[in-house]
Amino acid sequence: MLSIKNLHASVEGTEILKGINLDIKAGEVHAIMGPNGSGKSTLASVLAGREEYEVTEGSVEFLGKDILELSPEDRAREGLFLAFQYPVEIPGVSTVNFIKTALNEKRKYHGEEPLDAVSFMKLMKEKMNLVEIDKSLLTRSINEGFSGGEKKKNEIFQMAMLEPKLTILDETDSGLDIDALRIVASGVNKLRDENRAIIVITHYQRLLDYLQPDFVHVLLNGKIVRNGTKELALELEEKGYDFIKEELSLKEEV
Amino acid sequence: MEQIKLEYFGEKFNQLQSLDPDAFLTQVRKEGFDTFNNKGLPTHKNEEWKYSGAPVSNLFKKEYQLTEDKKQSQVTKNDIDEMRLPGFENANELVFVNGKFVEELSTIRSSNEQLVVMPLEEAENSNFSEIVKEHLGKSNLFINDGIHALNTSFIYGGVFIYVVKKQIIENPVYLYHISDARDNHILAQPRSLMYVDQRSKVQIVESYKTIGSMDSFTNEVMEIVVNTDAILEYYKIQNDKISASQVATTHIRQIGKCFVHTLVLSLNGGTIRNNTNIIMEAQGNEAHMYGLYLLKGKTHVDNHTLVDNKMPNCFSNELYKGVIDDSATGVFSGKIFVRPDAQKTNAYQSNNNILLSDNANVNSKPQLEIYADDVKCSHGCTVGRLDEEALFYLRARGISKEHAQAMLLQAFASNILDEIKIEPLREFAEELISARLSEVNMEE
Repeated sequence: MLSIKNLHASVEGTEILKGINLDIKAGEVHAIMGPNGSGKSTLASVLAGREEYEVTEGSVEFLGKDILELSPEDRAREGLFLAFQYPVEIPGVSTVNFIKTALNEKRKYHGEEPLDAVSFMKLMKEKMNLVEIDKSLLTRSINEGFSGGEKKKNEIFQMAMLEPKLTILDETDSGLDIDALRIVASGVNKLRDENRAIIVITHYQRLLDYLQPDFVHVLLNGKIVRNGTKELALELEEKGYDFIKEELSLKEEV
Repeated sequence: MEQIKLEYFGEKFNQLQSLDPDAFLTQVRKEGFDTFNNKGLPTHKNEEWKYSGAPVSNLFKKEYQLTEDKKQSQVTKNDIDEMRLPGFENANELVFVNGKFVEELSTIRSSNEQLVVMPLEEAENSNFSEIVKEHLGKSNLFINDGIHALNTSFIYGGVFIYVVKKQIIENPVYLYHISDARDNHILAQPRSLMYVDQRSKVQIVESYKTIGSMDSFTNEVMEIVVNTDAILEYYKIQNDKISASQVATTHIRQIGKCFVHTLVLSLNGGTIRNNTNIIMEAQGNEAHMYGLYLLKGKTHVDNHTLVDNKMPNCFSNELYKGVIDDSATGVFSGKIFVRPDAQKTNAYQSNNNILLSDNANVNSKPQLEIYADDVKCSHGCTVGRLDEEALFYLRARGISKEHAQAMLLQAFASNILDEIKIEPLREFAEELISARLSEVNMEE
């Protein structure tokens, strides 16, 4: 589904990603872990198409298409979804209207008719139950005055509505209390199936306890330095990132 | 300046003065013409005209026809029917053609026990004589530049509007200003005096339309006096062509404890200067002032506002917002005076601007002058671009860049549009603005 090859990216002339290689197949959940400043969020931003990041080398293929050539909106319409680490508050734009517009622009892109009001409301109700989000939040302006947990829940609700092929959860667990984390994670789990893939970017084990990733990658200084399974995450939780750094420097010395 | 034919104005002025040398209006005009001769046209050296002196003075380089009398107009009732917005079928319609009030085209639907409308010349000699003599021309004390004086020099064919005590005027009073510029450049100088008596309520709308391919310049002065416990809502819609310019002064005096709500919407035109003044002459006055300007092309819009707190316990809140594209220019200059007696004043002012192009311009100048020591006042302005984070967020959900931008601008404008309390007018404005914003293209 997603194939990242030797991806280099920089922001304002500073190289942050220094040759990322990653292959993700439908149905898989991949966790990307790493200390602060290792390039995790940059990777998410580059995949979603944030313009301030410049790709200097490498390629990203998503469902057979070179997505680096696509605008952020076309990437979304192709089925890529970024759950923001810091969802933006947009006063004056209603959440319902926003999601309806997004959904219908995506349908139009795929040559489908826009959803009529009744079908849209029905879909919304169904997904609201799925992710346990309160209706009153959706009648408000996008994220305006939402708590941290409400904002993250809203991200998962949008994911549920848009039914992306590939979801990137960018530190979705940050700022969540235990209950909110459980609700968000169970929402994500309900949206998993064999046709969809998920990338979970996180610092901590706790979200992974719920999501049970198939693969864990460690990002350090702009490169993936270790690949493993969920046991790797447990090891990291126990020992921290230093043991990997030590191993790496040992290798270099050898 | 040398190209302005001052003799032309002098000739026209003398003709007008000879009609009825002893009339009250004749004296008012004389004072106006003296001021005009004394002050001339404003230049950028006048602080109040720093950004608009040159563009407005340039308007005088053309040869205008100054309509001296209410000659037979080519404008017909059909023209009015075409201009009427849906939902305003029952409005009280006051039609001005080239600055003169035309009774034959106007339709007053409220009874004269609620609303009285008559030509100013007639009002001077009517039961309302005292009101006219006491209140006409009081704005001269606050605006004493040549442009304002030019209007005063030619007060003729204006209108007097009286809202009777304790009357709620259900249907808005709608002033249509039509410039018939089919044959000549037109200088129209409408003048009106409105008196909103105690415990009454009225909504006023003003809009402007130029017919024909020649230029129009409307130099308007409207003075409104609001008495105790009355409610005034005032709306001005500027959506004329690029060949249409104006200086529009709305001078509102709150002489008793009362409520005033103003909103100025500027969408299209050449050079536009709005003076919106609120003079709080009684305790406990409340005023809300809103403005929204969406500018493109070479349109220049200057909003000058004044809130003068003379008495204690008054409240005012002012919010002006602008979106400026292409090579358009927006100017905001807001002044709040708090006089020594005006203790416990609450006065707030804010001006927010979004620039969409590198050539767009905005000059914002919020000002507070406080002479009392127990007041709450604030002012501020912002100038920026669209929020890139918000734009990316919308795009990351599959919404096109153009659509995302339109949504954000719409959201920016929405809290001003919400302040239009006349529903059909708000719907009309929302449609206009939504159509306008969806045609905006992002320029990087």
